[in-house]
Amino acid sequence: MTAVTTKRAERRDHHNPNQLSRTGLIVRGIVLGAGALLFLFPFYYMVIGSLQAEVDPTITGAFPNPGNLTLDNYVAINSRINLLTGLVNSGIFTGGVLIGTLVFALLAGYALAMLQWRGRGATFALALLVQVVPFQLLMIPLYVLIARDFGLADSYLGMILPFFINSTAVIIFRAYFLQLPKELFEAARIDGASELRLLWSIALPLVRPALVTVILLTFIGPWNEFLWPFLVTKEAALQPLAVSLANYITTISASAANPFGAILAGALVLAVPVVVLFIVFQRYFTSTDIGSGVKG
Amino acid sequence: MTDTISAPASPSPVASPADGRKTRRRGGLLGKHPLGLLFSSPYLVFVLAVFAFPIGYSVYIAFHDYFFAAPGAQVERPFVGFDNFVAAATDPAVIRSFGNVGIFLLINVPLTVVLSLVLATALNRITRLRTFLRVSYYVPYVTASVAVVAIWLFLFSGNGFVNQVLGPLAPDPSWLVNEQLAMPVIAIFVTWKQLGFYILLYLAALQAVPKELYESASTDGAGGVRSFFSVTVPGVRSATVLVLLVSTVTGANLFTEPYLLTGGGGPNGASTSPVLLMYQRGLQQGQPDVAAAIGIILVILVLIIAFLQNRFVGSDDE
Repeated sequence: MTAVTTKRAERRDHHNPNQLSRTGLIVRGIVLGAGALLFLFPFYYMVIGSLQAEVDPTITGAFPNPGNLTLDNYVAINSRINLLTGLVNSGIFTGGVLIGTLVFALLAGYALAMLQWRGRGATFALALLVQVVPFQLLMIPLYVLIARDFGLADSYLGMILPFFINSTAVIIFRAYFLQLPKELFEAARIDGASELRLLWSIALPLVRPALVTVILLTFIGPWNEFLWPFLVTKEAALQPLAVSLANYITTISASAANPFGAILAGALVLAVPVVVLFIVFQRYFTSTDIGSGVKG
Repeated sequence: MTDTISAPASPSPVASPADGRKTRRRGGLLGKHPLGLLFSSPYLVFVLAVFAFPIGYSVYIAFHDYFFAAPGAQVERPFVGFDNFVAAATDPAVIRSFGNVGIFLLINVPLTVVLSLVLATALNRITRLRTFLRVSYYVPYVTASVAVVAIWLFLFSGNGFVNQVLGPLAPDPSWLVNEQLAMPVIAIFVTWKQLGFYILLYLAALQAVPKELYESASTDGAGGVRSFFSVTVPGVRSATVLVLLVSTVTGANLFTEPYLLTGGGGPNGASTSPVLLMYQRGLQQGQPDVAAAIGIILVILVLIIAFLQNRFVGSDDE
């Protein structure tokens, strides 16, 4: 517990600025401001574009024009790809991965940090290695296995399987559990508590920030994933929103009255859940956590 | 609190005779807590099934005349040696796609390293608006590629916003349908999309650079730019190695952007990536064996690049 508190204090410390000259400060401000503008403008443009009745790509089109505002684009995209179905499918896909990760990555992270057993070091090395395995190596064999051999094409299980347990989550859980005082656990063990009980009633309440970080990080993966669900789902009723929107962009958008407006409306619906979740919980998305996740 | 707990829980396994016997009985083949293996077994099974076995299977497919057959059908899939690799390496489209990803990496990787380090350094020492700026840099990273591709498609279309701003300076043919410009636009798009993640990595690394180094640099009369190059850049070298590795691996995986942004790798295959080609050859044209060979060649090339990067950027650490 002490370790966790110290870490927080340190983190706050880093926010203190070093002494900066006035020009240094101004240069920094300009660099950061210009950067932020470049990063946020496309998102602003997505909102504006999705509300335009007539597509207006000119410079004035970047400003809201009350005479040209409409929600028709949302109706248009919803009539071509069912947004609700897409959202539900994305939700099931993401939810499946979240359940798998929260249960099994938590167990593995606990075992790696708190228990001594043969193969512990090798398992941890494996969790690190898995993160640099490029998907292009796995794409063909996974497709052959899951879609062809197991017949899991067009099923939620087939979508979820390759992402079921997030290795970064294993490493983040391990890092957090390692900070907990071992004595607490030894004492409870002597009192006869089972490991599952220790994990559930002692360890878990102490690592709540890790839970939020892992949920956030794990959510982003499958919700935004395109390639894999695109490969295994051909049936529109099962496609996550990212896949159905991509199919709309490549095939049917040409026949729409205002294709850009409809595409941007769909993009907004796809983007909003993650962006909102991220903004609400952004303080858990910190360099220390993710850094430890990537570097071990 | 710590005292009362640590007294009975002496780290020695033979604290009491009963305890000692128990430990010895459990401390056999599987270690002190065999339960650890049980807890980790679902994850281990997952890694074996989804990573280890498919990697082996990929090599098998690449060395055999592998094709899709009806489920359950008994078919002959003879060993063909390096035939699939030869087929892949002599295919002009494959060679072109490797060239394309080479152009992509030459633009994307250096740009990523420079911009993320500069922005992380600037972000590291400010207090005001810190959260706002942090969030704005991370937002493209956390948003789905498909959603942000849609925006760029709109911005960079023929009469899109970017060309409207450029006016007479707009390229002709426009960005995404221009053979010379399609791949650079994709490279810049990916840099923009992923930058937040690398800023995050550099911010973590910057916390580890000792403050005294900056202080002594400034007493030696070094200005901001000077201390950036003589203190910050060497101080975050291990993060730079990581950023190089991750951005190279991510870049080699390029699929969604050429598939959507340039309508399947156009114009004339100028933005086709190897992974896009693997999809086309393997799943659309039914040649999973050649596609697996392309994947293996690509991974070997990435490993060579990663090794060279590590050699030239990381070596001074030791």
